[in-house]
Amino acid sequence: MSDNPISTALAKVEREPGVRKPDPLLVVDGVTRTFGGLTAVHVDTLEVQRGTITALIGPNGAGKTTLFNVISGFDRADTGHWTFDGQELTGRAAHRVARRGLVRTFQLTKTLSKLTVLENMKLAARHQRGERMGLSMLWPVWRGQERGIVRRADELLERFRLSHMRDEYAGTLSGGQRKLLEMARALMVEPTMIMLDEPMAGVNPALTQSLLEHITALRDEGMTVCFVEHDMDVVMGISDWVVCMAEGSIVAEGPPQSVAKNPAVIDAYLGRQHDEPENEG
Amino acid sequence: MDWEVILSDALRSGIGPIAAVYALAAIGLNLHFGYTGLLNFGQIGFMLVGAYGVAASVSTFGLSLWVGVLIGLGSSVILALLLGLPTLRLRAEYLAIATIAAGEILRLFYRSSWAEPVTGGVFGLQQFADEFFDINPIPRDQYGFWLVNYSSRDLWVLLVAWGLVALFAGVMALMVHSPWGRVIRSIREDEDAVRSLGKSVYAYKMQSLVFGGAIGSLAGMMLAIQNQSVNPDTYNPVETFFLYTLLVLGGAGRMLGPVIGSILFWAILSFFDSALRQAISAGYISSDVLSAAEIGAARFALVGLGLMLLMIFRPQGIFGSRREMLLDVR
Ligand SMILES: Nc1ncnc2c1ncn2[C@@H]1O[C@H](COP(=O)(O)OP(=O)(O)OP(=O)(O)O)[C@@H](O)[C@H]1O
Ligand SMILES: [Mg+2]
Repeated sequence: MSDNPISTALAKVEREPGVRKPDPLLVVDGVTRTFGGLTAVHVDTLEVQRGTITALIGPNGAGKTTLFNVISGFDRADTGHWTFDGQELTGRAAHRVARRGLVRTFQLTKTLSKLTVLENMKLAARHQRGERMGLSMLWPVWRGQERGIVRRADELLERFRLSHMRDEYAGTLSGGQRKLLEMARALMVEPTMIMLDEPMAGVNPALTQSLLEHITALRDEGMTVCFVEHDMDVVMGISDWVVCMAEGSIVAEGPPQSVAKNPAVIDAYLGRQHDEPENEG
Repeated sequence: MDWEVILSDALRSGIGPIAAVYALAAIGLNLHFGYTGLLNFGQIGFMLVGAYGVAASVSTFGLSLWVGVLIGLGSSVILALLLGLPTLRLRAEYLAIATIAAGEILRLFYRSSWAEPVTGGVFGLQQFADEFFDINPIPRDQYGFWLVNYSSRDLWVLLVAWGLVALFAGVMALMVHSPWGRVIRSIREDEDAVRSLGKSVYAYKMQSLVFGGAIGSLAGMMLAIQNQSVNPDTYNPVETFFLYTLLVLGGAGRMLGPVIGSILFWAILSFFDSALRQAISAGYISSDVLSAAEIGAARFALVGLGLMLLMIFRPQGIFGSRREMLLDVR
């Protein structure tokens, strides 16, 4: 990722924690979140450049998921505020955040087991008139729209190699397939920015490469991607920018190569014994 | 033992007005519990406000029965909002606690001497449904088959009650299989997933609570109308648990679950009742073991035993899908 326009835009940006970006989509200011005596998140400034792939790394318990939760409205912050695309997002309910175009996935996947894979996808579509109680009985009102939604869902399923599971219950998918479905489902919302919490965990290595290509393709289509990942090869491979958290704070950020060499990052990882990717069912 | 009598008793109950009323109330509860995952333990409260909406409108305020129906429906909407507004943002248990309390508080309130001028207190209200029976189009005669007989009045009640059941079972089928139903079913499984996709879970839960509660109030109205009487003690919290019993029996979250569940529940209950009665009078069961007065309790014990067997051998209920249930375990 050395000579695309994105890297050029970020080339002149200083490599220090909390640095301002030329065209930030997400701006986080002074956000803290404590659980009892534990400060899980303490982020002074964090800006995510529009149209980039930003990796959020850090050892277990660094506060990455908690930061995601706060920004996406699934948890509340004790202090601080944050804006998305210039609009205040502080304290907004989770569904409003998603409607604004910031959609997240979960570290522990939340696929809906008793819905089919296709239904999971259809659920995520926006502006379906049939989702209003008053119109739900009048199928002619929403049937046409539904067809368009199915077409879009099928395209995404094809792209994520889930077409063969289309009509199976999502509960029958493997852990890796659930990760894929959750990501495809998030894309059905047509977000401007997607936040992925460990999207590669448990995904079959053969599929990881194509998933990385999808993420890069999304970025090239103009989407902003922020993802948490433990696998350094993945991070180095596709990120335009890397942010490293440790003990709730941002300790380093910069282009992948510079962060890998940053002593603060090495300290953060060596301070605790850790370098394996998270595994889950 | 006269098996013909026993079986015809069971059949009469299974297709009777009470079975229809419970089926209707359970259709509402099925939306709450079966599809949305809301723990409403006070469906009887919705039935009560519906029944008294009709009865008090006519008996106390001299309004038309049909205005009373609207008032009953309105009361159920208000009750749903009062219960839902403070609790639906919280964990599921809060709605459960609020509804179980509301059911009992409503009963005590409606029977209190303070409310007596409107509700008739412990005496209840009677003879408010003449308008309903006046429009009975069925000619005066005896109708029936086998040992099951109906007057034209009974038949009219049955027709309307089962008509409502069919109507709302149909409406529910359409709604549950619509995009709206898709959101509702997803909320039952994982609220956070639904939120993350931009849907207001709170609004959908509220809609479910209001609509299912309104159906419950219609069931209450039907119960009051067919008896031409309301009494607060009919609306006991335990009735909600009978609704849950028949819902689990038929299969929660299934279209026909509440209907088949209610028919079977009342048929089985009546079967045991009739069979025990005959066995005692025929001397098969000594009156030292079980007296006629204890039959009422004994049949519920047998229903409980039956439910336990059902849970062991067919935990998803009669209409439930085993495949779907097993997905929970994974
Ligand atoms: N609901 C909660 N209650 C109490 N403590 C919490 C809660 N959620 C997170 N924490 C704590 O906050 C800290 C940050 O947790 P978080 O899950 O954000 O870390 P993470 O960087 O996502 O780690 P991982 O890489 O293991 O996913 C941890 O010490 C964790 O134990
Ligand atoms: Mg995490």
